Amino acid sequence: MKRDGRSYVVAQVDEREVLAVVAKHEAGCGGLIAILEEIQAIYGYLPEQALRQVAQATDRSLVDIYGVSTFYRSFSMQPRGKHRVCVCLGTACHVRGAQSVTEEFEQRLGIQSGETSEDGEFSLETVNCLGACALGPVTVVDGKYVSKVKTSQVRGLLDKARKGYAQSGNGEDKEAFAIAVSCPVCSHSLMDAGFPLDDHPSIHVKVSIDHQEGCLRLSSLYGSGSLASECEIPPGEVAIFRCPHCLAELTGADDCSICQAPMAPMAIVGGGTMHVCLRRGCPGHLLDLQ
Amino acid sequence: MKGKVTVTINGLIVEVEKGMTILEAAQFLGFPIPTLCHMEGLSPYGACRLCVVEIGEGARAKLVTSCTYPVEEGLKVRTASTRVLRARKMILELLLASCPQSKIIQDLAAAHGVRQQRFRQEHEDCILCGLCVRMCEEQMMAKAIGFRNRGEKRSIGTPFDVHSETCRLCGGCMYVCPACQLRCTYNEPEKAICGGCENLTPPCIEKDPFDDMMCYMTPCVACEQPKN
Ligand code: FES
Ligand code: FES
Repeated sequence: MKRDGRSYVVAQVDEREVLAVVAKHEAGCGGLIAILEEIQAIYGYLPEQALRQVAQATDRSLVDIYGVSTFYRSFSMQPRGKHRVCVCLGTACHVRGAQSVTEEFEQRLGIQSGETSEDGEFSLETVNCLGACALGPVTVVDGKYVSKVKTSQVRGLLDKARKGYAQSGNGEDKEAFAIAVSCPVCSHSLMDAGFPLDDHPSIHVKVSIDHQEGCLRLSSLYGSGSLASECEIPPGEVAIFRCPHCLAELTGADDCSICQAPMAPMAIVGGGTMHVCLRRGCPGHLLDLQ
Repeated sequence: MKGKVTVTINGLIVEVEKGMTILEAAQFLGFPIPTLCHMEGLSPYGACRLCVVEIGEGARAKLVTSCTYPVEEGLKVRTASTRVLRARKMILELLLASCPQSKIIQDLAAAHGVRQQRFRQEHEDCILCGLCVRMCEEQMMAKAIGFRNRGEKRSIGTPFDVHSETCRLCGGCMYVCPACQLRCTYNEPEKAICGGCENLTPPCIEKDPFDDMMCYMTPCVACEQPKN
């Protein structure tokens, strides 16, 4: 962290605020991490004074609290910038060039990872694996996951962060998550480049409902929900998906957490499974990355 | 839940008390097992791995740390098999590489026939054995120092690197430290290697306070330097 000329402020810790957080969690036993998370949400980091107050209020020793807060990467002991860039340097991301992405960020921001830029705008952090290895190199900018980051994208990402991710709409979100899937039974790719949806190859499955059969194409953008179907699926109806190659029915053990309909599993190329709710119109889906 | 269990240690079939660790049982029977992070009166921690022994038979034999492994019925323990000796030697060689200045580690390495140094010497001040942390918490009831950070950056010290209000300057942490130069046997100068006692200035004076030398006291009993 740059110590001189920093324009971002060291938080003014309000004791009542801290005590309120502690009181909220004291009912259940334990809960130190929950307390620390909430304090970090208030101040953006864990101020020393707040930690001391927590120690006092919860009758824990400061050593333990300090140990926990320095153990986890997501807790910061120093004030951080307005925007947070977090580059994954886990093994999978590393071998796909996360190191050069980090260096590009460092160069553009003029800071080392773990530091905050002079103007208090950006903090650069690294983590070891975000659990989305198939999409690596992964970078999180202000809570937004960006997959397959290239060094050439870095500048754009920083610009977008400056403008505020909040205003840039859903388009960015989609761009971040294009997935390629294959049939979990025969491992044939389900991607159909000849029929793009949302400017990406679509996912091609056979759908059957009420003795009707036809081709269904789903957008490969995670969370997009756009689809094109040959046969009519009335909203609210539950369809059956089959692999167009081996004709195996795509069924899994999991039910949709929203509508309890069965979900169709698809293997994500590179590892993991995506489950899609079979009820027409239900947005339920689940990403299971191992 | 008192009771006896029958175990075989180095071929000797013996009855020992339930709840004992292998280390306690072996030492009770007179089989030597070297230890570094184990100390009577402190909870077992299993950090240094020096006390490894082999348990089980055939393909299922495995190495475990005897200071943390409780005896169980029918357990077969070997405290000095080839595998154990080899592992022990390697552990000592690695410990010696990270802390070559430690008298205790030097002595242990010499006693176990470590005659070479294949690894780059790191000259760490700490092997993270946690003795001082446990001493501070369990015997001195202070909890002034503890582990911080994780992985490569793991270290022992006071919160925020400032003097802890709970520290009573007992010096227990320095007393138990196997790596600390400050403690090099002052009363037996001929055995000391660091020369700290011949030297009128304690070795910590020129170092960063609270950073090196495992010294968390202010003022320190050795150098009497106030720290800020
Ligand atoms: S290595 Fe980057 S997400 Fe796992
Ligand atoms: S003495 Fe058993 S691991 Fe250190």
